[in-house]
Amino acid sequence: MSSGEHKVSKIVDARGSHCPGPLMELIKAIKNAQVGEVISVYSTDSGSKTDIPLWVNKAGHELIGVYERDGYTEFIVKKAR
Amino acid sequence: MKKIVIVGGGTGGTVVANVLARKRISDTAIIVVNDSSNHVYQPAFIYRALGEIIDESKIMREERKLLDKKVELLIDRALKIDVQNRQVWLESGKQLEYDYLIISTGSRIVPEEVPGYRAAHHFYTLEGARILHETLERFNGGVVAVGIGGIPYKCPPAPAEFCCLLDYYFTKRKIRDKVEIHYLSPLPRTFPHEAVAESIREMMEEKEIHWHPMFNIESIDSERRVVNSLEGESLKYDLLVMVPPHRGAEVVERSELGVDGGWIPVDKHTLQYRDYSEVYAIGDATNLPISKAGSVAHFEAKVVAERIYSDTIGHKPEAVYDGRVTCFCDAGFKKAIYMSFNYENPPKKPRFSYLWYLGKQMVNRFYWSLILRGIV
Ligand SMILES: Cc1cc2nc3c(=O)[nH]c(=O)nc-3n(C[C@H](O)[C@H](O)[C@H](O)COP(=O)(O)OP(=O)(O)OC[C@H]3O[C@@H](n4cnc5c(N)ncnc54)[C@H](O)[C@@H]3O)c2cc1C
Repeated sequence: MSSGEHKVSKIVDARGSHCPGPLMELIKAIKNAQVGEVISVYSTDSGSKTDIPLWVNKAGHELIGVYERDGYTEFIVKKAR
Repeated sequence: MKKIVIVGGGTGGTVVANVLARKRISDTAIIVVNDSSNHVYQPAFIYRALGEIIDESKIMREERKLLDKKVELLIDRALKIDVQNRQVWLESGKQLEYDYLIISTGSRIVPEEVPGYRAAHHFYTLEGARILHETLERFNGGVVAVGIGGIPYKCPPAPAEFCCLLDYYFTKRKIRDKVEIHYLSPLPRTFPHEAVAESIREMMEEKEIHWHPMFNIESIDSERRVVNSLEGESLKYDLLVMVPPHRGAEVVERSELGVDGGWIPVDKHTLQYRDYSEVYAIGDATNLPISKAGSVAHFEAKVVAERIYSDTIGHKPEAVYDGRVTCFCDAGFKKAIYMSFNYENPPKKPRFSYLWYLGKQMVNRFYWSLILRGIV
C-alpha cells in the first residue's frame, strides 16, 4: 500500500482496541521497525487524535498524515531515529 | 479416535480443556501439554512483592487437580509445532498428532532486551516478586520509579496499580513521607483509555504519586541510577521497578508461527490461525490488539471450546469472540475499580469503591474453582 510518495511497510490495525490501545500498538511497531520505515495505524479510539500526534512529536518521529476513512482514522508515521 | 491437543496449561489452556471435557464429545481425546506440573496464579505476584502473601503454596496448585478427569495431562515441553503436518514434537521425544490444536502458551519475559536491566526489579515472576519484596523491606526512603520496558506486556493496569499499592505499603510502614513514588506512563495519560485514565489520574494526584507522561524505558544507567526514555528524558531513582518486555513462547518463535515478537496472528473473532481452521490460539499468545489478561484467555477459551464442539457434531461453528475484557485495578486501602469493554464498546469512567475491592477478592478466590473449571 502507498500513501502519496510514502510506501507503507506495515499496517497496524488497532480498530476496536481500547486497552492497550492504538498508541501502544504504534509504539510497539516503531520499536520493531527500522529507521525510515513508514507505519500506518488504523484507530477507532477517539483519544488517538490527540495521543498519536503528541507522542510522535515528543519521540522525534514524523507524522506524515492523518486521514478520516470509513468509520476509522488512519495515521501514517515515519520512524525518524 | 480424534485428538484435541492443547499446548500450554495456564489460564486459557485449563479452561478450554475443562469446558471441552464437559461437552463429552464421543470418541475424542483431550490432551493438555504443560511444561510444569504446577499452575500459578499470576495476579498474586503483586501481593507477593508487597508481602501481603508470603505463603506461596496459596497461589499455586497442581495442574492435574485442576483438570477434569477425562483430560489427559502430559508434563512435557512442546519443542516444535508443525501445522502443515498437524504434529507437535515434545522434549521427551514424543510426537503428537492432532485433529484440533489450541495454542495457549502465554508469553515470556525478556528483561535482557533493555540495556542495564539488571538494575531493575520486577513482579512478573514469582522469583522476581520474592526478590522485590526483600528489597522493599530494606528500603527506608528515596525515589521509587515504576515504568515499562516494552510493549506489549501482561495486564496493562498492573504498573499503575502497583504504584497505588506502594503508597498503601509505605503508609502502613509509616514511612510514606520519606518516599517519592514516580509512575512512568508510556502514554500521554495514566491509562490507555481516556475515561479510565481520568479516574487513575485523580487517584494518583490524591495519593501524591508523580506521573510522567510518555516515558517508555529505553535503557538504565545502573552506576548513576538513572533511567532513560525512548522519548529522550531521564529520571534519577533509588529503586527502579520495570515491567519487562514480553515475547511469545519460544516454541511459537521456533515454529515460525508468530509475528513481531512471537505473537500468533489469529482472526479477531474466530481465533483461528491464518488458513488453518483446525488451529486456534488464545490468551497472551495471540497478536490481537487487546489486553494480555486472564479474563481474555478465559473468554476466548470458552469461544474456542464452543467452536470445536460445533465442528465435531457437524454444525457450522458460530461462536465468536467479541473482544470482551474485564479487569480490576486495586488502589489499596480496600478500594478498587472495575472495567469491562469489548471491540465495540469502550470502558466507561469507573469509580473507586469498596465493592470492586470485594469483587477482586472474589475473583482471586474463585479462580481455582469457578473460573478454571469454565463454570462462569
Ligand atoms: C503481575 C501480574 C498481574 C496480573 N494481573 C491480572 C489481573 O488482575 N487480571 C487479569 O485478568 N490478568 C492478570 N494478569 C495476566 C494473566 O495472568 C495472564 O494474562 C494469563 O495468565 C494468560 O493466560 P494464558 O493461558 O494465555 O497464559 P498462561 O496462563 O501464562 O499459561 C501459559 C502456559 O503455557 C505453558 N507453556 C509455555 N510454553 C510451553 C511449551 N513449549 N510447552 C508446554 N507448555 C508451555 C506455561 O508453562 C504456562 O503454564 C496478570 C499477570 C501478571 C504477571
